[in-house]
Amino acid sequence: MKDLLGRLAGMTIIGKKLIAVPIVCLGLLASSAWAQGELRFCLRSEPKTFDPLKVEDDASVTIRYLTGGVLMRMNRRTQVLEPELAESWKVSKDGKQITFKLRSGISFSDGTPFSAEDVAYTVKQLMDPALHSPTGDAFRSGPGNVETKIISPVQISITFPAAVAGLDRQFDQVAILSAHSPKKEMAVLGPFMVADYQPGATVLLKRNPNYWKTDAQGRKLPYLDSIELDIQPNRDVEMLRFKRGEIDLVNSLDSEYFDKLAATSPQLVHDAGPSLDSEQMWFNEVAKAPLPEYKKNWFRSAAFRRAISEAINRDDLSRVVFRGHAQAAVGPVSPANKFWFNARLKAEVYSPDAALKALQADGFHLQDGILKDKDGNAVVFSIITNSGNKYRERMATMIQEDLQKIGIRVNVVTLDFPSLIERMTQTFDYEAILLGLTNIGLDPNEQMNVWLSSSENHQWNPQEKSPETAWEAEIDRLMKAQASTADAKKRKEDFDRVQEIAVEQQPFIYLVNRNALSAVASSVQGASPVILAPQTYWNVETLSLKYSKPLTGQLRQNP
Amino acid sequence: MSWRTNLGRALACAVLLLVVSLSLAANWLAPAGYAKQYREAADAPPSREHWLGTDEIGRDRFARVLYGTRISLLLAPAAALLTTLMAALVGGLGGYLGGRWARGAMAVTDLFLSLPWLFLLITVRAMMPLNVSPLASVLVTFLMLGLLGWTSAARVLCSTAGSLRESDFVRQARASGICGWRLFWIHVLPNLKPVLYAQFWISIPAFILSEANLGILGLGVAEPMPSWGSLLKELEGMVSVGEEPWKFVPLILLVVVVTSFQLVLSKQEEVAA
Repeated sequence: MKDLLGRLAGMTIIGKKLIAVPIVCLGLLASSAWAQGELRFCLRSEPKTFDPLKVEDDASVTIRYLTGGVLMRMNRRTQVLEPELAESWKVSKDGKQITFKLRSGISFSDGTPFSAEDVAYTVKQLMDPALHSPTGDAFRSGPGNVETKIISPVQISITFPAAVAGLDRQFDQVAILSAHSPKKEMAVLGPFMVADYQPGATVLLKRNPNYWKTDAQGRKLPYLDSIELDIQPNRDVEMLRFKRGEIDLVNSLDSEYFDKLAATSPQLVHDAGPSLDSEQMWFNEVAKAPLPEYKKNWFRSAAFRRAISEAINRDDLSRVVFRGHAQAAVGPVSPANKFWFNARLKAEVYSPDAALKALQADGFHLQDGILKDKDGNAVVFSIITNSGNKYRERMATMIQEDLQKIGIRVNVVTLDFPSLIERMTQTFDYEAILLGLTNIGLDPNEQMNVWLSSSENHQWNPQEKSPETAWEAEIDRLMKAQASTADAKKRKEDFDRVQEIAVEQQPFIYLVNRNALSAVASSVQGASPVILAPQTYWNVETLSLKYSKPLTGQLRQNP
Repeated sequence: MSWRTNLGRALACAVLLLVVSLSLAANWLAPAGYAKQYREAADAPPSREHWLGTDEIGRDRFARVLYGTRISLLLAPAAALLTTLMAALVGGLGGYLGGRWARGAMAVTDLFLSLPWLFLLITVRAMMPLNVSPLASVLVTFLMLGLLGWTSAARVLCSTAGSLRESDFVRQARASGICGWRLFWIHVLPNLKPVLYAQFWISIPAFILSEANLGILGLGVAEPMPSWGSLLKELEGMVSVGEEPWKFVPLILLVVVVTSFQLVLSKQEEVAA
């Protein structure tokens, strides 16, 4: 009997074990769905710094996004600011002051507690002229010092000498540093922290054990254990690695690769629609440019620029060059910028006949199929673009054929980038340039350096001592007016008018807005690519992998 | 010399003749021209209308291959001729005159060889006027190649001319009272000719490849004019080429033509030797 009982007891124990093993396995599998795994993707260049305040290059921006804790974050999908380290904030009516109420009980990755002192320290560093922080430039609204006032450990107000337009939005880029941590900028408040860096090879990010966020079920975020960022400038190699399953994300895909991948694995590719990036061309309007006077007169004529714009078939550029993954551009702001885009503006309608009529009204005439100005000069000009960019070369060649239809001869010139920049900014020895503009921010202030006539990046005629045309003076006034008020409605009205003037005058002939194309491996869960950078991993905290892969970071640390 | 070698050369000559003839007949074989954009059929596979498909902006690839062949194949010999003349002038004359002339010629040649040509070519292209027609850009590209590609040939010619200068028959001629230009013209130059021919033939495929390389760098023939260089650019995206083998046609043509040149010029090298 005893023996029988013992056997029964043994069976029970064995039975419990047998039951327990699958339960544990299931538990592990279930937990691996959110709590384990390493996400891998490529950085296209070496990060130049891990100091979030000195960030300039794309690779460093990526690392700042993944590691930096910010007071508020713009939701990349809704384009609305959401509270992060700050529970709430308030901007004063004059746009000079912002007051934050901070979350309590938060620690940096090294365990140092977070408080208003850290915010004050970060702002002080950010505005330090000796640091030359590119992030800080957005806050430099006028001469004078920035004052910080710590009201309590969880409350701080920051006062700027002059109104900073879109003040709260600017804090999306400001990763908070620790005032007291001995680890300096390596102590972070974001979801991940830098664990290892192999120059030229990889950056390994590990989960921040002290990250403050949890999901709706109360699980600690982020789900991922680590992120391995492989430094890989070659896009072909990046694509091959994605196809082989060695990386999980391709953040920005070009249209050719997109179509190739879509043909075999349509579930992996995502076209989020028009991005903020634009491709544009412009004519040289610099008075001292070494060009014949008659050409300067053409280029400085708004009627000429509008006619050229009208004679370019943007739909063909989108359809042929970008394989349909682009949209005819409307103006300086992409429709992707939900708030600031002027919806009253429409894309230029392609009409070579109307363009020719407009040119004839401006004194040009066709003679033996060649367009000539009133002095008999044949309309011939060159368009420069950077060599190696096949999309721009193709656009330039298509524009060449479009303009040939109205008797204009265009010579397409491809130059290496430094030569192009030298001509564009130093010698002004060019006629027209076709280049792209990458917009990172949504706020009009991000474009201040382009629209102010005194700016270096006022490409068609940089660094004007005073506005050379009435419309440029008007743009100057409107841009300054919108920058000096915190009234969003007034700012919108002003910037809408800037967009209208830009479309009327065509200093930039906007061509297309490229779509935001990306690829995400099927193993990644929770990915929802958007148009704003970082397109695929903007919600990195809630990304997870269906199955966990070997952790290269752990292997590297324990060889 | 075996009959196989002769057959190989005959075949090579026939291939070259065929390729040149086809390229010269481009106007008849592809009347729509190389620049017309069939935008509704961009990046299309081969069809009855477009035998080799179309490129990314809808231009007929067959037409572009024919016209590109014409440009690359007709201008490469011109550049080769220029190179050979330059080499003869610097290397041949330097070697014949000997002494400080030879040293001077070799110093100039070494200097040219040591220059970073890739960057210099980029600089030269950047300094060129922008409003150059595509035809002018073709001429400038090959002129640049011709003016810059003479150094290796000059070394060979300098060495050969130096040897000839010290040879018994030249010494004998000099002892007979023949000197100066007459000696060079009657006794040295005829003996340099095989080397000059060989250098000329060697340069042609080298220039075809150089133009192709310049085209890939965006420094070659300007759009919309095609050349083998610009046609080879299509092969840059290695992800796609396996799926579109017809894009290899310009590359295959380049390999066939260069191989044919090599077969033909091997005879010239034998003559030179």
